[in-house]
Amino acid sequence: MNPSNYIVLSAILFSIGAVGVLVRRNAIVVFMSVELMLNAANLAFVAFANMNGNLDGQTVAFFVMVVAAAEVVVGLAIIVTIFRTRRSASIDEPNLLKY
Amino acid sequence: MTELMPAEGVFSLIWLLIALPLAGAAVLLFGGRRTNAWGPYLGILTVSASALIGWLMLLGMLQNSPEQRTFDQTLFSWVFVGDFKADMAFQLDQLSMVFVLLITTVGALIHVYSLGYMSHDKDRRKFFGFLNLFIGAMLILVLANNYLLLYVGWEGVGLASYLLIGFWQHKPSAAAAAKKAFVINRVGDVGLSLAIMLMFVTFGSVSFEEVFGNAGQASEGTLNAIGLLLLLAAAGKSAQFPLQAWLLDAMEGPTPVSALIHAATMVTAGVYLIARSNAIFDLAEIAALAVVIVGVITVFMGAVIGSAKDDIKKSLAGSTMSQIGYMITAVGLGPVGYVFGIFHLLTHGVFKAGLFLGAGSVMHGMNDNVNMRRYGAVRTVMFITFITFAAGWLSIMGIPPFSGFWSKDEIIHAAFEKGLLTGILLIIAAGITGFYMTRMFIMTFLGKARWEPDVHPHESPKVMTIPLIILALGSVFLGMALLFWGNIETWLEPVVGYAEVDAPISTSVAIALGLLAVGIGVLVAYLMYQRRPVPEEAPHGSWLTRAAREELYGNQVNHALVVAPTLQTARVVSVLDAKGIDGAVNGSAAFVGALSGRLRRFQTGFVRSYALSMVGGAVLVVLALVLVRAS
Repeated sequence: MNPSNYIVLSAILFSIGAVGVLVRRNAIVVFMSVELMLNAANLAFVAFANMNGNLDGQTVAFFVMVVAAAEVVVGLAIIVTIFRTRRSASIDEPNLLKY
Repeated sequence: MTELMPAEGVFSLIWLLIALPLAGAAVLLFGGRRTNAWGPYLGILTVSASALIGWLMLLGMLQNSPEQRTFDQTLFSWVFVGDFKADMAFQLDQLSMVFVLLITTVGALIHVYSLGYMSHDKDRRKFFGFLNLFIGAMLILVLANNYLLLYVGWEGVGLASYLLIGFWQHKPSAAAAAKKAFVINRVGDVGLSLAIMLMFVTFGSVSFEEVFGNAGQASEGTLNAIGLLLLLAAAGKSAQFPLQAWLLDAMEGPTPVSALIHAATMVTAGVYLIARSNAIFDLAEIAALAVVIVGVITVFMGAVIGSAKDDIKKSLAGSTMSQIGYMITAVGLGPVGYVFGIFHLLTHGVFKAGLFLGAGSVMHGMNDNVNMRRYGAVRTVMFITFITFAAGWLSIMGIPPFSGFWSKDEIIHAAFEKGLLTGILLIIAAGITGFYMTRMFIMTFLGKARWEPDVHPHESPKVMTIPLIILALGSVFLGMALLFWGNIETWLEPVVGYAEVDAPISTSVAIALGLLAVGIGVLVAYLMYQRRPVPEEAPHGSWLTRAAREELYGNQVNHALVVAPTLQTARVVSVLDAKGIDGAVNGSAAFVGALSGRLRRFQTGFVRSYALSMVGGAVLVVLALVLVRAS
């Protein structure tokens, strides 16, 4: 199978994730979209590792997973806290930090 | 040749002469209200103690031979930078000795007088503090053994003069007069500081000993430059043409201040400076000639102004200008004149202080009114003041045997050596002196009473009349005492030099001409003010009278030449500053401010819009990369 297909798939997944982040209001869904983008990147890394015949890309993919896991913990905690105070998970409502 | 004696015995106390009044000033000025009760007495005590030490020193000095009367006391090395060296060192010789006696003795008398004159002033303590400060600074001026230390005293008396002219600073006129005196003095001070710098460049030192010792080696141009700069300094301090305008306004100060600072001592510092620098002026002919010219011009200006003023203090101030003009003329004449310039300075210091204090005594009885047109017949109520003022009046006119006669006629005689014109001008001025002093005397003490309705004149208390009596005795006897008993010529000769006058006319002719001129002046004044009633309102007067009332337009000239251009420049610079420099600075700040106002609108607070910008940015970066790769 042509390795470039993986890259194309990765690009498609990344784009879906990016659009999801931009258009969805629900913080949880935005979060999931972010995960989608991260994993699209992981896929690209692994595909490049396979194409180049070394393990560098795979190593980075593992790092990304660990960082993503940590990010999920922090991010979810923030979302839950905001939900508790505002009874809403919309990311458009907390807009106090502006000019 | 004079030799420098170490300061031993009573002369080891030279520093104490200065330290006493300065300490008094420090206690009174820093002590605050706590010293209110006893402060004035402390002020009198310190000055009297200095005077006592001064007289003891005179006795000590008389023990030594004339060559051994210069005492030197070095306290410590004051400035020591590279080649430049100035010591905190004092030199007491015959010239400084007479000044010390004049300053401390007349100063002490005026301190005592002030006790009565200022008895109702709530800031009495401050007044005595300033007076003490003045005495200390003036003693530094005359006792310094180098020009830099002299400059300290020079500035110190300027400061004291400023503080005391503006002592009643709640009066705007007094505050303005103080400022004016300070600013005009500053012009002269620039002359002195430049002279000191030039001396250092030329001689490598600013001490009297080295400057005078090496004066012969400097070029004549340099000496003339130094001489002219010293003359500028003297003109500023001594209110000589063209820096004379401040002295009349200085009469805004309390009368004891006018007597002490603006008649007897400080304004004569210019005469001291020139007499002290005789080694330079003897070799600088142009500068010496300029001194004479300035002196003669001021003799006339002062006399004319004094003749027209109705304000008794301003009339006396014009007279002071005129008399200092005589002294300046005398010291410009060279060795024939130095001695008599100083001689006249001493007698003038005493009789003019007496006249001013007498005027103060009259004002004290007249509710501080200074307008002589509202005086008249004061002799009937203030007999002591009348008699003492009369002594001063006869003395300043140069009537024998009063003090002023001996000193002034010697100056007039010496002036004939310079040229017939100088001598004749001084004789005419002596006639004007006779006129304005008689006018003042008649308007104040004789004639009919023209008092304001609510005025009840009375003789001043003893604390004021006793100094008046002492000064009046000085006005009568000091001239004879100094000339016949003190031998003022031989006394001062080792310091300033002395030469017999070699004039085309003899002394007796000069005296006769001088007395004739004074007699005419007195007669004119008698006819104008005694035979005719004095109007209570000043008449319109001739153009000369009006010009003299306006102080010969000195203020207008200053305004046109200096003040107006300065103000105009300041206005232009101020507009440039506001519109140009401030405009650029404020404009750029406003631009940045407006820009940030726009830019902050991007901070919407919506996370998704931030994310969109990030994506947009990332897309742009990728596009750029692709384009770069593709090309």
